[in-house]
Amino acid sequence: MKNHAELAADFNKDEDRVNWHDETLWWVRQKRDKAAHQIDNWELLRETASQIKNNVLSDLSNYLQQFEANAIKNGITVHWAKDAAEHNQIVKEILNRNGIKRMVKSKSMLTEECHLNPYLEQNGIEVIDSDLGERIVQLAEEPPSHIVLPCIHKKKEEIGELFHQHLGIEAGISDPQILTETARLHLREIFITRKAALTGVNFAIAETGEFVVCTNEGNADMGAHLADVHIASMGIEKLVPQRKHLSVFLRLLARSATGQPITTYSSHFKKPRPGQEMHIILVDNGRSTQLGRPDFRNSLKCIRCGACMNTCPVYRRSGGHSYHTAIAGPIGSILAPNLDMKDYADLPFASTLCGSCTNVCPVKIDIHDQLYKWRQVIVKEGYGDHKKGIGMQVMGWTLSSPNLFNTAGKAGRWVIKHAPFAVNNPLNPWYKQRDMPNPPKESFGSWYKNNR
Amino acid sequence: MSSRAEILALVDKNQPSHVDAPIIDMLATVNQSPEIILNTFCTSATNIGSQIIFIDSLDDIEGHVQQRIISPLRVVSPIPELKTFAEDSSVLNEANPHSLENVELAILKAEFGVAENGALWLTEQQMGNRVLPFITQHLALIVDATAIVADMHAAYKRTENADYGFATFISGPSKTADIEQSLVLGAHGSRSLIIFILKQV
Amino acid sequence: MITVALFIPCYIDQFYPNAAKATLQLLEKLGVNVVYPPNQTCCGQPMANSGYEHLAAGCSKLFIENFAEYDYIVSPSGSCVLHIKEHLHPGETKAEADKIHHTIYELTEFLTDVLKIEHLNSSFPHKVGLHQSCHGQRGLKISQMSELNAPYFSKPGKLLGMVKDLELIDLSRPDECCGFGGTFCVSEEAISAKMGKDRISDHIQHHAEFITSADMSCLMHMEGLLNRQKSDVKVIHIAEILNGVAV
Repeated sequence: MKNHAELAADFNKDEDRVNWHDETLWWVRQKRDKAAHQIDNWELLRETASQIKNNVLSDLSNYLQQFEANAIKNGITVHWAKDAAEHNQIVKEILNRNGIKRMVKSKSMLTEECHLNPYLEQNGIEVIDSDLGERIVQLAEEPPSHIVLPCIHKKKEEIGELFHQHLGIEAGISDPQILTETARLHLREIFITRKAALTGVNFAIAETGEFVVCTNEGNADMGAHLADVHIASMGIEKLVPQRKHLSVFLRLLARSATGQPITTYSSHFKKPRPGQEMHIILVDNGRSTQLGRPDFRNSLKCIRCGACMNTCPVYRRSGGHSYHTAIAGPIGSILAPNLDMKDYADLPFASTLCGSCTNVCPVKIDIHDQLYKWRQVIVKEGYGDHKKGIGMQVMGWTLSSPNLFNTAGKAGRWVIKHAPFAVNNPLNPWYKQRDMPNPPKESFGSWYKNNR
Repeated sequence: MSSRAEILALVDKNQPSHVDAPIIDMLATVNQSPEIILNTFCTSATNIGSQIIFIDSLDDIEGHVQQRIISPLRVVSPIPELKTFAEDSSVLNEANPHSLENVELAILKAEFGVAENGALWLTEQQMGNRVLPFITQHLALIVDATAIVADMHAAYKRTENADYGFATFISGPSKTADIEQSLVLGAHGSRSLIIFILKQV
Repeated sequence: MITVALFIPCYIDQFYPNAAKATLQLLEKLGVNVVYPPNQTCCGQPMANSGYEHLAAGCSKLFIENFAEYDYIVSPSGSCVLHIKEHLHPGETKAEADKIHHTIYELTEFLTDVLKIEHLNSSFPHKVGLHQSCHGQRGLKISQMSELNAPYFSKPGKLLGMVKDLELIDLSRPDECCGFGGTFCVSEEAISAKMGKDRISDHIQHHAEFITSADMSCLMHMEGLLNRQKSDVKVIHIAEILNGVAV
């Protein structure tokens, strides 16, 4: 399997496309800035959101039980899944019990994390994603490349071609208006005919047992209200204590994500409608482990706005698929190693640690500090790059010994010989696109000795 | 051990020691006059693609609707005053939601609006049928001019003790920018949103 | 008289002695007594950022031996200063390490916050683009960050404003990372080079003759790209401009 650097290099073979991808996402970042700068107490809002989540994480076991009790009182069936496999099995069983073979699904990164679609398909159940971007990547047989903008890596001409192949429109159409209308008509037919709908959950309220789903397209509502069975999948970290706390999160979420003041729909599901079955699946899948890592537990505060991706100078130029995990970008890079440290050992290194992600995060997750800390953990646990390890040991010895350093320096300048940017040879990645610095006649140290 | 017990045991073991939730009251916008709040609402709503129409009474609505909707397209509303021209959707309460598939315009009452984002809050009581505000091709929401609050903090103050089976904030027509970030109105929900602001008499 | 220990990071010592000389001369001109502990090598950041913080303990020990006794430590590298502030491995000498967290300064923050410089006797009649190094800006907070809803300030920008005839250009993306990132520059070569190319083209499009920064490592990376492209645009450490150089 290719790592981030290799996948990023592949993406960079088409520089025009990289420029287009970068500009598109930078535009979203600018919209976010504009929205954030219009709220006087924006920074206090972020801090408050972060503190609410501190409270949630510190009392999570109580909140989970409170939420469960209230949801049951509201007529919702609550399920618990310790991992992805159990989550998928629960979904399958609910559908089997109702004799349902076709389901419509709105955006849920959790179901991407659990690989629900392939599982259900193997079990003879058809799933259609109803978010426009997700439907597009589903037709293309690709995973989403961004948690909020799933097909941001695709050009409109490519989408036109997909719709030509799969939805029967004329070839050569690329007008977003016409393509969206095509998807509207196609998915309306799906909404009307599917008896089960699965949605994600943006927030769940312990105090009332209700959950909130935010969309711009209205697809979650169309699916849920037309279906006889509504399944909502949520990670156990999605809780907030009381309904009033939603005010803080709903002010932050869409502004951070797209620069909108709020999503078009913020739907509060509390009870099933008469005759409807409503299920909630509470999924752990490694979250309780992450909760036990003091350095990394704050990652569970994430409200999935995608702002860290839009601002990340690496993500914008490497594309979401280079992260080879359901949640790409900076936040994905601190979540994924918790799931599998070996498979995702490369992700914490796919960053310059510039810190922009931490600054845009609406719940103030210290993302870039956690990237640094994951690097230390990954190396200590033995998942680091071994060749690099030996070099690092030599570097450690030399740089901690002034004698060794100076001897090496006199003999041929240790840094000049060992720094990656100084080896003038085509196999050195520095030299591929960059010249090496011109070594001066003497180092500062020896100049100082002679002149002061 | 059940998965429930297993998860709760792990969470119990791994969660950090208790931290209080912060006070959030200081975040609310204060001391804004009703005029400013109403103006802000109109600006926010217009910016996200809603159309604002001020009316003096519910009787004014028919005229506006007739300008837009050509019979025999289906106009529905649960509001008794609009029965003269709109099909009464209150009788559809228990009906199969699929019967609303071909509604062209639904006219509903919203409980209140939010100035900072142009959103309107309605519960299923006002919807009659949960799917109606989403499945209709076009949506019109009526809100009292005096029922606009400054921000989301004030909004949740109003809903603090509310009980409902389903409720939603609606802010503008449904939209998507999934294709190359080009904004298109009319994704899966309503293609347009008209907000009738009922002036205080 | 203030005494300052000069910390010159290893790659500046060996590749960019002029930046170090300018730092020394500028501080001396401003009436500071500058000492240069001769046994210094490296802050340990190259190892730590690669996940080998535990191998940097020797560097930390040496750094503490060299610098703990001074009231001020000044360095012309925001990145190395941030590393010392955040990750200096205390070992058995925690008190000394804690002290160093408060005594170490990046050059422009020392000039602004400690010496409180209001004017400079230097001239640089050129169009200059200021590259904000991420570690200086977001780490040490020497400039306001574009992501935050907070009042604008820029310590290096303010200092450059004191230089006669210098024209500071605007950039489309005033604080985007250049992509150097330590070992990232080789382990993620494609992205690193692309980020650097995009950064220099922002400066070039706004007609910069020089790109300056409080961090030499970013400049070294951008210089490598500029030279490969045979560009006339040059990089120069901010100390050299503030000190007044003959170009």
